[in-house]
Order: sequence, then structure tokens, then C-alpha cells
Amino acid sequence: MEPKSFQLFPEAASSIAGQVDGLYAYLVLISAFFSLLIAFLVVFFAVKYRRRNDEIPRPVDEHSIGGMVLEIVWSVIPLGLSMVMFAWGASIFFTESRPPADAMEIFVTGKQWMWKIQHNEGAREINELHVPVNRDIRLTLTSEDVIHDFSVPAFRTKTDVLPGRYTTEWFRPTKVGQYHLFCAEYCGTKHSGMIGTVYVMNEADYNTWLGVGSGEGSMAEQGQSLFNQLGCATCHASAINKGNGRCPNLNGLFGTTVELKDGSKTRFDESYIRESVLYPQSKIVAGYDDIMPTFKGLVTEDGLLKLVEYVKSLGPANGTQTSATPAAVETSASQPKTPAQDRTSPQANSRPGNR
Amino acid sequence: MASQAADPHAIAPGATPLQHHFESADHQKDASTIGMWVFLVTEVMFFGGMFLAYFVYRQAYPTAFASASNKTSLLIGAANTTVLICSSLTMALAVHFAAIGKKTLIVLFLILTLLLGGTFLSVKAYEYHDKWVHHEVPGHNFDCEGCTDAGHTPLFFALYFGMTGLHALHMIVGVGIILFLIVQANKGAYGPAWHTPVELFGLYWHFVDIIWIFLFPLLYLIDRSAVPK
Amino acid sequence: MITATPQERPKKNYINATEGLKSWLLTHDHKRIAILYLLGVTFFFALGGLFAVLIRLELATPAGDLVDSNTYNKFFTMHGIIMVFLFLIPSIPAVMGNFLIPLMIGAKDVAFPRLNLLSWYIYMIGGCFIITVLFLGGVDTGWTFYTPFSSSYSNGYVIASGLGIFIAGFSSILTGLNFIVTIHRMRAPGLTWFRLPLFIWAHYATSMIQVLGTPVIAVTLFLLVLERGLHIGFFDPAYGGDPVLFQHMFWFYSHPAVYIMILPSMGVVTEIITTFSSKKPFGYTFIAFSSVAIAVFGFIVWGHHLFVSGQSVYAGMVFSILSYVVAIPSAIKVFNWTATMYKGSVRVTTPMLYALGFIGLFTIGGLTGLFLASLGMDVHLTDTYFVIAHFHYVMVGGAIMGFLGGIHYWWPKIFGRMYNEGWSKISAIIVFIGFNLTFFPQFLLGYMGMPRRYHAYPPEFQVLNVLSSAGASILGIGYLIPFCYLLWSLKYGPIAPPNPWGATTLEWQTSSPPPTENFEVTPVVTQEAYTYSTEEVVHVG
Repeated sequence: MEPKSFQLFPEAASSIAGQVDGLYAYLVLISAFFSLLIAFLVVFFAVKYRRRNDEIPRPVDEHSIGGMVLEIVWSVIPLGLSMVMFAWGASIFFTESRPPADAMEIFVTGKQWMWKIQHNEGAREINELHVPVNRDIRLTLTSEDVIHDFSVPAFRTKTDVLPGRYTTEWFRPTKVGQYHLFCAEYCGTKHSGMIGTVYVMNEADYNTWLGVGSGEGSMAEQGQSLFNQLGCATCHASAINKGNGRCPNLNGLFGTTVELKDGSKTRFDESYIRESVLYPQSKIVAGYDDIMPTFKGLVTEDGLLKLVEYVKSLGPANGTQTSATPAAVETSASQPKTPAQDRTSPQANSRPGNR
Repeated sequence: MASQAADPHAIAPGATPLQHHFESADHQKDASTIGMWVFLVTEVMFFGGMFLAYFVYRQAYPTAFASASNKTSLLIGAANTTVLICSSLTMALAVHFAAIGKKTLIVLFLILTLLLGGTFLSVKAYEYHDKWVHHEVPGHNFDCEGCTDAGHTPLFFALYFGMTGLHALHMIVGVGIILFLIVQANKGAYGPAWHTPVELFGLYWHFVDIIWIFLFPLLYLIDRSAVPK
Repeated sequence: MITATPQERPKKNYINATEGLKSWLLTHDHKRIAILYLLGVTFFFALGGLFAVLIRLELATPAGDLVDSNTYNKFFTMHGIIMVFLFLIPSIPAVMGNFLIPLMIGAKDVAFPRLNLLSWYIYMIGGCFIITVLFLGGVDTGWTFYTPFSSSYSNGYVIASGLGIFIAGFSSILTGLNFIVTIHRMRAPGLTWFRLPLFIWAHYATSMIQVLGTPVIAVTLFLLVLERGLHIGFFDPAYGGDPVLFQHMFWFYSHPAVYIMILPSMGVVTEIITTFSSKKPFGYTFIAFSSVAIAVFGFIVWGHHLFVSGQSVYAGMVFSILSYVVAIPSAIKVFNWTATMYKGSVRVTTPMLYALGFIGLFTIGGLTGLFLASLGMDVHLTDTYFVIAHFHYVMVGGAIMGFLGGIHYWWPKIFGRMYNEGWSKISAIIVFIGFNLTFFPQFLLGYMGMPRRYHAYPPEFQVLNVLSSAGASILGIGYLIPFCYLLWSLKYGPIAPPNPWGATTLEWQTSSPPPTENFEVTPVVTQEAYTYSTEEVVHVG
């Protein structure tokens, strides 16, 4: 984003940008060829076959050219060319929608009309995103209100940011510099003010920057204190406590597949954690009772992301555990059950109907 | 819906039944019938959008939908379904007697249809009132007492009111048209030679019934057996 | 104004058959209803155009300095709503379709004349809602009404605009219904399906979309109005509702709606090119069936508007490949039009200029659609000015060029007067140049990443934006000129003969303007459409 008064082509600053530009070149070439061909033919025919003054229309031999053959040719060739476009575009899209496993995680919350960004290490920023160069970055995004869209043209990527769910976006910056960050989905009055800057920095600069900004502890640490504060720890076992055995033990659960009460299975991921905090009765793990109250209205989107990050930090430790059966969850919860009345948590305020 | 009232062949027989741009009465009736069927196709798409929303959300939140649908009254719903099916029978009879030109019987059966339709709407109004009293209207002090996954139940009730409301709206339009048909029939406007409005309105009325035949199981019946604990 | 026809008109026609305002407002004549629509759509085109001018004025500088953000958002929303729902969708079908379908098939009227008049009133009532919204202070949701912004956050008159579109939608449904029945049941003796002019095929396909698609947007807006008005939350994430479901339902109509705009235009262009090449269209059946194919496939590609909205990768792939499939019939049409001119006897008249302009602009609009159908490319381009440029090439470059071409082509038939050939050619060229200057820079802006619906933008985008605004003023002049000379021709234009262009379709076999009953005697058709032979073609210098 060096102050430029005029430019015709965007900077390419991510690993994917080159591929997108390559596809763009192909598309431009095909389009230019066909546009010019059609334009030329139209003008050429209009001139060559123009009717002279008072000329009797020349009789036209309707079957002078093989109609069927032509129709097939000009259906099949464009179809072939467009299938290349499809396959090429789909393969880029596949790359774009599959973040590498070891990507660095950053959390983004959109709200009218600002971007709130939290780094795993605890640094927080608004309308600015600092990232190290040549590292895979994975964003987890959500919105507090309407639909936004996190768009960085220099990285050739964007994703809608939706209320009530998580979306992801990843990129690997390849060039140190400053780039535009736009909200690309219309979100209300100051939509065009919901912009910011992405700073791509050297690893060293980034670490320096990170050291300055992280006073509150890492995301997981903040999530842990929230976990205690909201009273989750009284029931759920985790790294710091043993729970009371009436709720699933959260250690080593993240990324696994859990079986639900109705027999179906679901992946224990960010979205599932979020849904379980807000709508605990929606998907209950098999073997447990419907005792968890909703925390809707008690925890913010930022807080949810911290909780998610905390649960995520609980494992699975090294990928050896691929699926958690309720039995496995049960056995690890060894702590004797404590009476529910002891809990000092929002559960006490919840409606009786929820129990 | 303005559109039902819109088909002049369904509601507004002119003084001269055969309009100038048609060659014959058959030609005219043929065109009107196709027009009505095309209109019913648009109605299918219209309700289709709501059915889509229903299926999407039911798939996403089966527990909430199961528990919320138990809040509806099976008895009232079943009774109302019966009323509506009977009204289809009386409507079919009205069309039949229009075709053979029995003026008193046309009027009689149209009035019966009107009464049954009115009964259905009254019962529906009672149900709505009941839901209102029990705080089962989303967005208005909503509380699905005793529901499982109560956080998602507003979606069920939103669809309940949206779908039955739209259906009721069609019924209300239908009732208006019946009143018109009764007046016309009483004047002896319909007979074997020309009764297109009665016939086409019959199609419309049956269509509205069929919509209910789908709504009833989806909203009242489908999760009855699986009462959540 | 229109009724003020001079006395030298040889005989009674639909314009002077009866007199007085009442005879127009209560008419059942499809031709008069078409004129009523023409007045309506012209008014809304001017109104929508006014907002376009305001948008381009604001965007001439990077800072948001002409109006505040809220006002700007209302500008582009009103521009979109008015242009899409009150101009583009009714433009060609309701004006030219209404006027010409019965004439082209040798009928006395459409199947349901009263319904036809009712459609116009419904359209005007819908339009009045939108005008009311305008006077109350507008709406700021964008024409797409995405939830939850529209349902919970917008500060504009969402309910009134939603209802306006809902109502106008019924006008579109009833018009489509009327055309379907008319084309099925009102054809003249001997006029079999494959003898029909291709304009009719295009309108048949359009009517299918109107009848099948419009109810879905109606119910979607109905749900939105309920959600906003009664807070009962169909799409509200607070209850676990899915705002993306709204987008699916919205685009299920709004993507095919693009074909409601472009298919009739394609029909017009086919007629013009055929007539002015004095040659049978190349590949009649291919053009006919490609219209139907576009209408059918158009219904299964809506998901390509949602590639970045969090729908599954596989859904994205399916919608992407289907979008390429729907592009093929359009390509077939372009090639067939071009081939029609081959070895023809080509006259470059004003309608022909518009038709050729259409081919060029639609080709670019269609090809850039391929960029957006390509998943990896769309992620970068969606919601940028590239999209704006693409759909303006299709809707303005396509639909409006077709509309203007059609107006110029059938003007002698509709009003019985010729217009000034010189002025009309100049304005056609101005429109073409102005259009490209307005919208081509927007492709470049889009690739650079300038998001759409931005009130203010980074300074490096200014040069192209200034070009675009400059182009818009040229385009505006291009639209004003026809308005002047066409009005002038109503009173002072030379009297038009029945068939000034030497066309073969049935509407040219009756007088200009046609009598109320269209034909003195119901025509009997004995040959295929577009049978040109040297003897039959009438010459007009």
C-alpha cells in the first residue's frame, strides 16, 4: 500500500496470487480472442455483404455451409475451453479452502464497522493485521452482527464473515509490505470505512511486534480464565481441574469425532464447541444428560473464540487419538461427582425448563 | 394475494362469456384452464420456498423441531384437516352440479364449502390465540416451556406461523371468491354451457387443501412418535 | 401526446380507435397496455438513471465528499431496485412482448386481456411503493436485501420496499402466465411451433422463468418482511437461523431473473439481424432451443453467487461446472447471429447498429461471466467492481441495447412514424462508446480489488473511476438523444409504411399502427418464419 496515485494491476503478495494471476491470464487471453473474433466477423460481414443502393437482395443459398457441423464445432470448442477454466479454478479453490495443518492461527471478529483481531499469543489489534512473511496463516472468522467479508486483494483471497458460525481463510504472505484489507460484503452505513491494513513483516520484526502487544496472556490462557469464571470447570474436566464427571472430559477431545445421544456422529471442532456453549441441548454427547444451561448472552464472540482456543489447547496431544468414544471420555473423568447445587455459575440463573 | 383475484376467468365472468379474441367457447375455456394450471404451478413454487426452509432447518435441528411440534394440538389439527377435506368434497359437488346446471344445488354446496372454510379459519384463529397466550410466538416474549433445545425452537414456530399463515391467507382469498360465486350462481350465471369460474375455482380450492395435506403431517404429526425425553 | 395523431392517418388504428384518458386506463388492448408499460418503464429508467448519475458523481473523487455514507448507500440501493425490478424485468417482455406477441402469432389479443391490464396496475402499485420509500427516506440494504442486515440492522424502509417488489413480482408472474397461454393457444392457423419467430421462443423461455422463479423471490421477501416486521426470525442467527439460506432463496430467483432480462433482448436481436441481413437466421432450431436451455439451466446455477459465503466446496464445484454449461447456449446464439450475416444482404440501420453493439457487449459480458464462474478466480473477484462491470455489460450492454434496438426497430409499427435516421445512428454510436468507457475501467478496478458498494475508496483507484464517471456522462447523453428525436417523430416524423424494413414476420403484414383487432382477416400461415425471396421483399429507400 505504498502511496500510489495510479495502478492497473494489484500487487501479488501471497503464495496463491501467482496461480490466480496465471488463471486470469488464460481467461483474458480466451476472452480477448473470442471478443476480437466476433467483433471482426461482425464488422467484416457488415461491410462485405452490405446491400448497395437499390440492389435486389441477393438470393441466399441456405445450405451453403454445413450447418450442423458448424453448430457442433462452436458448441464443443467453447465447452472444452471452459472445462479447463472450471478445472483450473476448482483446483485453486481446493488449495484455498484447505488450510495447511500447521498454519499459524489468528482470530478475526467483524462487527459494524471494524475488524477485531486476536493473535494466539494474546496480541490484539483493530483494523490492522500483522503477520510474518512466508508463514501459513489461518484465520478463523466470525461476526457479531451482520455478514462481512474479509478481503485482501494482494493475497487474492476473501471469505464471508458470518454471524453464528465460523469460517476460515488462509494465505501465505510472500512479500513484506503493507496491503489493503477491505470488507467486501455490504454491511451498512460505514461499509467503506471497514477497511484496514495488513502488515507483512520479517519473522524477527513480527516477534518484536508480538512481544509489545501481548500483555494479557495467550488466547488459550485467557480462555482458561474464562473457563473458570463461567463455571465450566466445575463440571467439565480439563487440564487444570477434574470436573465432576457429569460432563464430558474435554482433554484430548478436539479434532476427534464424538458420538451423539441420537446415535449420529459429529466432529468436535470449533463450530461444535461454539454451538454447545450457546445451544447445549442441540447436540448432546452420548452417555450424558441434558444438564448444561445455555451461555447465550453471557459470553461474547471474542470470549467464545478464547474458549474454543482453550479447549483446542487441551489436545489431542499428538494426533494418536483419532476418535473419542464416550467410554474413553467417561474413564478419564475419575473425580467423584459433586452436587450440582455447589456450582457457582450462570447455570443457577437458568430456567428450570432447561434442566 | 392479489393474484388469485387476478384471473378474471376464475372470478369475473363478463356479461358476454365469449370474448372477442377467442374463436369458440371451447377455445376460451381451454385457455382459461391452462392459465389456471400455470397459476397453480406458480403457487407450488411459492409454497415451495417455505417447504425448503422447513426441510433445511428440520435437518439442522431435529431435536428442537421434534419437541416443538409436540406443542401443537393433534386433536384440533386432525379435526381441522377433516373439515378441510369435507370442504373439498362439497366443492367438487358444486362443480358437478354446475356442469349439469342444478342452480339450487350449486348454491347449496358453495355455501357448505364456505361454511367449512370459515370453520377451518376460525379454528386456526383459535390455535393462533392459544399459541399467543402460551408465549409460543417467536420474538414476542417467546418461551417454549418444557422444550428440548429450546434455543432453536423459535425457528419451528416461525415456520409454523409462516406456512399456516400463508395457507390461511389463501383460504381467506378463497372465501372471498366463493362469496362472489354464490351471488353469481344465485343469479343463474352458471350452467352446462358455461361454468368455467366454478370449475377453475374448484381447482384452486383443491390446491389449497392439498397444501394443508402436506402442512398437517409436517407441523403436527411427524415427530409425534418420537417424544423426546 | 400519444393520442394526438394527425388527421391524415388513413384509417382507424389502435391509437385513435377510442379517445380520452379513460379509454387508455381501462383498455384491454394489448397494444395500448404495451404503451402504458412503455411510459412506466421509461419513467423508472430515468429515475434509476438519475441515481446512477449521483453514484458516478460521488465516485469521481476518492473521498466521500458529495453525500454522506448513508445517503450514498441509499443511492445505489434505489438504483438497483428500480433498475432491476421496475425497469429491466418488465422492459422488453411487458412492452415489446405485449405489443408484438399477439401480432407475431396472428392473434387478436393475448389470452387474458383483463389480466394483462391488471398486471400493469399491479406493476404501478409496486412502483408506487418504491416511490413512497424514496420520499420517506429510502432504503440502504442494496437490492440484494441480505439478512441479517436487512432484517435487523438496516435503518431504511425495508418492509415497504420488500412489499413493493413483492407486488411488482406478481405483475411479472401474470405477464408470464398470460404469454405462456397466449403462445400455446392463440397461434394463427398453420403457425406451428417451428414456424414461430424466434422472438416468440425467447419470450416463451422468459415466461417460464417468470412463472417458476418469481414466486420464490415473493415468498423470500414475504419471509423477510415477516421477520423484520414481527421479529419472528426465519433467518436470524440468534435462533440458529441461517442467513445464507436467504441468499440461496434470493438467488434461486435472482439469477434466473438475469435471463428474464437478457432472453427477450436476444429475441429482439435475432429479429433485427435476420431482417437486416434479409436472410433466414442461421441455425433456427439451435437459437430456439438455446433459449429454452438457458431458461432451464438458469435455474440450477444460483449457487455461483455464494462461492465465498461458506457453502461447501463440493456445492461450489457443482455450481461452477453448471455455470459453464449454461454459458454454452449463449455462445451458440452469438455464433449463430454472426453466421446469419454471412452472405446476407446487410443493411446497417439504427436497429442493426444496436443489435451489433449488443453482440459485442454481450460477448464481453458473457466471457467475463466465465471469470466469475471459475471458483479460484471468483474468490478474488466477487463483490468487487469486476462483478459490477460484468453484470452491467450483460444488463445494460445486453438488455438495454436490445431494448433500444427493439424500440427503434418497431417504432414505425408501434406509432406509425419514422424517426430521424442520422440522429439515431449518432446516438447509437454515442451509447456504445459511452458504455464501454463507463464500464470497461471497472473490470480493471475489480481485479485490483476495489470492493463494490464503497462510498469512499483508496486514491490509487481514482483515475479509472474518473474515466468511468466521464463515460457515464457520455452514456447519459446517448440515452437522452433518442428520447428527444423519438418524441419529435411522434408528431413530425414521416408516416411509416406497413413494412418499412422488408421484414417477413406477421406483425409487418398489417398496417402501421395496427388496427385494434390487429388483422383485418386472421392470417393463415403456410411457410416457415423468415422466408425471404427476392420477389416478396418490399423496398423502402
